Amino acid sequence: MSAAALARAPDAGCTEAPVLRERGQREVFCGLTGIIWLHRKIQDAFFLVVGSRTCAHLMQSAAGVMIFAEPRFATAIMEERDLAGMTDANEELDRVVAQLLARRPDIRLLFLVGSCPSEVIKLDLSRAAQRLNATHAPGVRVLNYSGSGIETTFTQGEDACLAALVPEMRADPAPGLLVVGALAEVVEDQMRRLFAALGIGPVAFLPPRRAADLPGVGPGTRFLLAQPFLAETARLLEDRGARRLAAPFPLGAEGTTAWLRAAAEAWGIPAARFREVTTAGEQRARTAIARHRPLLAGRRITFFPDSQLEIPLARFLSRELDMQPVEIGTPYLHRQHLAEELALLAADAMLSEGGDVDRQLDRCRAARPDIVVCGLGLANPLEAEGFTTKWSIELVFTPIQGYDQAGDLAALFARPLDRRTRLMV
Amino acid sequence: MQLAVWTYEGPPHIGAMRVATAMLGLHYVLHAPQGDTYADLLFTMIERRGDRPPVTYTTFQARDLGGDTAELFKTAAREAFERFQPQAMIVGASCTAELIQDDPGGLARALGLPIPVVALELPSYQKKENWGAAETFYRLVRGLCAPPAPRAEGRTPSCNILGPTALGFRHRDDLREITDLLTRMGVAINVTAPLGATPADLARLGEADFNIVLYPEIAGPAAAWLTRAHAQPATKTIPIGLGATREFIAEVAGLAGLDAAPILAAETARSAWYSRSVDSNYLTGKRVFVFGDATHALAAARMATEELGFTLVGLGSYAREQARELRDAAKAHGIEATISDDYLAVEAAIQAAQPELILGTQMERHTAKRLGIPCAVISAPVHVQDYPARYSPQMGFEGANVLFDTWVHPLMMGLEEHLLGMFREDFEFHGEAAPSHLGAAAATATAAPTPPATLTWAAEAERELGKIPFFVRGKARRNTERYATEHGIGTITIEALYDAKAHFSR
Repeated sequence: MSAAALARAPDAGCTEAPVLRERGQREVFCGLTGIIWLHRKIQDAFFLVVGSRTCAHLMQSAAGVMIFAEPRFATAIMEERDLAGMTDANEELDRVVAQLLARRPDIRLLFLVGSCPSEVIKLDLSRAAQRLNATHAPGVRVLNYSGSGIETTFTQGEDACLAALVPEMRADPAPGLLVVGALAEVVEDQMRRLFAALGIGPVAFLPPRRAADLPGVGPGTRFLLAQPFLAETARLLEDRGARRLAAPFPLGAEGTTAWLRAAAEAWGIPAARFREVTTAGEQRARTAIARHRPLLAGRRITFFPDSQLEIPLARFLSRELDMQPVEIGTPYLHRQHLAEELALLAADAMLSEGGDVDRQLDRCRAARPDIVVCGLGLANPLEAEGFTTKWSIELVFTPIQGYDQAGDLAALFARPLDRRTRLMV
Repeated sequence: MQLAVWTYEGPPHIGAMRVATAMLGLHYVLHAPQGDTYADLLFTMIERRGDRPPVTYTTFQARDLGGDTAELFKTAAREAFERFQPQAMIVGASCTAELIQDDPGGLARALGLPIPVVALELPSYQKKENWGAAETFYRLVRGLCAPPAPRAEGRTPSCNILGPTALGFRHRDDLREITDLLTRMGVAINVTAPLGATPADLARLGEADFNIVLYPEIAGPAAAWLTRAHAQPATKTIPIGLGATREFIAEVAGLAGLDAAPILAAETARSAWYSRSVDSNYLTGKRVFVFGDATHALAAARMATEELGFTLVGLGSYAREQARELRDAAKAHGIEATISDDYLAVEAAIQAAQPELILGTQMERHTAKRLGIPCAVISAPVHVQDYPARYSPQMGFEGANVLFDTWVHPLMMGLEEHLLGMFREDFEFHGEAAPSHLGAAAATATAAPTPPATLTWAAEAERELGKIPFFVRGKARRNTERYATEHGIGTITIEALYDAKAHFSR
């Protein structure tokens, strides 16, 4: 089925579908939120947000449970006098960084993360990073990116962070596969085993688990995006000569197979060998997914714009679980990176980009979907109105990619519906 | 610039949201960049409210900055008015919008909306959440309260209850407890605000005889203005703990012209008897460290010492505004107050004080977990667990009962503590074990600190030290080392250990 689907003309599915573009209140996180998973992913990196008390408050509130095992992120909270003069702000930043590095001598990579206020007052963090590099080299490398809400939406923060790493990658003309996008360690290990069995390699991951393991990049590099929100990172990798392997994202059995196949074709792996390696995993995924189909098949689902994972998720849920997308909202639609996904979506799916939360709530109330995927600010109010919801943040905090997580991914959508049927209160 | 890992308070516009969300018929239009909408989840997830906060965010982005963000604000305000039809509106800016200086108040006035619009100036780079809540409430009261009118003679004495907000620490339950108490006293409640009040209710505030200030951090400025403008006196006593509740009753009776004697004779808290009962003997002199907002910290210090017989070894707050009161209270207990909003400094103060119980915020709960010290939460910042499904006030008679249970529960029970002292080497009932009624959560053993270079521990003394329950072992180690240094002892023997114990025994 999947092979036939992939062979469709590029104008198939939702490729040419109209998109409702709206401007209004956007109920989304800013890019700083990505730090909550990135700071655990790169084990010797530290994220210093240069921002306001609001940024610090967001970080601890979005983390929900405060991760008190000494988080590898903090905020340099700007105060009145930092706004008075730039010299002072820069001196203050140098002082705060010195204080931080003295307390955390294990840190090898420090990200200065720009915020809305630092961007608005035009505090130049790239120059600050240069200056601090001179002071703290060679023990600590200082980089910068912006996670501000005026420039980034939620997962775009990861894009900005990875994009900041690309110029740091050493030139390496040798052929190799690069998997781009933060994945759970268990997923990475599964992918490594599959690529090894296929004879594809060497394989490297961006971001790496440790700063020193940052892979090389060059004209021999072929990369697979593991996440759909990495537009800028992909562009910079392409500038370094790497080539993106176009594929759907590795969600569900079909998505994972197509994603692996893109690499297998680039490496010239015979089709028979590919099937030999992937059949067992794909079958396991299909079995695990099938357990949830009775609860999910035929159910209507609406996505509020959040993580940019909405389109790949809608593709997985509609094709492998027979769910019916009502509205698929996404904060930003990258047509090129999502071309393979759009081709697989049913042509009648309604796509919306950007958003006006009050208008989308009106549409949601009119359409009465069986399940609504939305952010934390909307979930309980919608539940109180009688909707079943799935909080979208769980989808970026849970291992969902690959064959052996496909069942877990389906379960995330099945559980709220299952709960509805159990509760008698 | 201040390096912060965690913060005790949010920015001031969060305080404004707490007031707006508590009220009905009020809408807040906040000029704020995309991302600031995270604040909704405080109310919908932590407090588990079933409604979205009544807040419209302009959510501007970088591309809007080159254009007209002022127009964006006006559109958002106009559409919010049309959609939500509020009785009144508050408008303001979050930290980023403050920098672009669009003047939300002026823009909203220019719209000519047919409702009162109260403009808020909340300086994000100087002030914090509680200040923001107090300022917002004050501006609303000042802006919406009707001019003073003569109060009718000879009617039931009436009061306003001021201070409870959304996302408050047990505000919902405190309010019910105090409302019931006042009703039993024969005091009528004119208006409760902000929680549950409409803008129209705020217009009627002047009709009451006096004000009850439940949370001075929030209601202080508004109550002071009502005293000045409407000649309404306000209560000073915070009814947390049995003693304070009784004083509160007397204070209210005085303001209302009622006799407090009948209710004081008829009512008390069960906590008083529980504390006197012999089973509570083991609580005597337990070393307690108290940290929170000023109101809850001061009240907890009093109740802990006067009503549970604990010894106060630490008292502090993140609220610099009330630092003087805390310093005075600490001095009365012979200690120095910890005034800091850096949770690492608070952690250091806790470690130095070696308490047996911490009464703190969610931050101190985590510190306590790491140090293996029992802890109860007495104050914001809050966590989803601070919104229990059951009725759980901190104020009034029932509040005293709740606090007694909450603070005693994390401790080792009296007889268990004795048995532990007697049979220290029992393989499943040893010094590292957590209180048996608290399940399998064993305390994290903290690494022994290195003794001063001039000192060594004899092996058998080190083993003997190991038999002391973990929650007092650090203190015993420090005392012994101090004793040895002061007495010129180079090697600490079992003898020296017990000499030190005798020297420092209380």
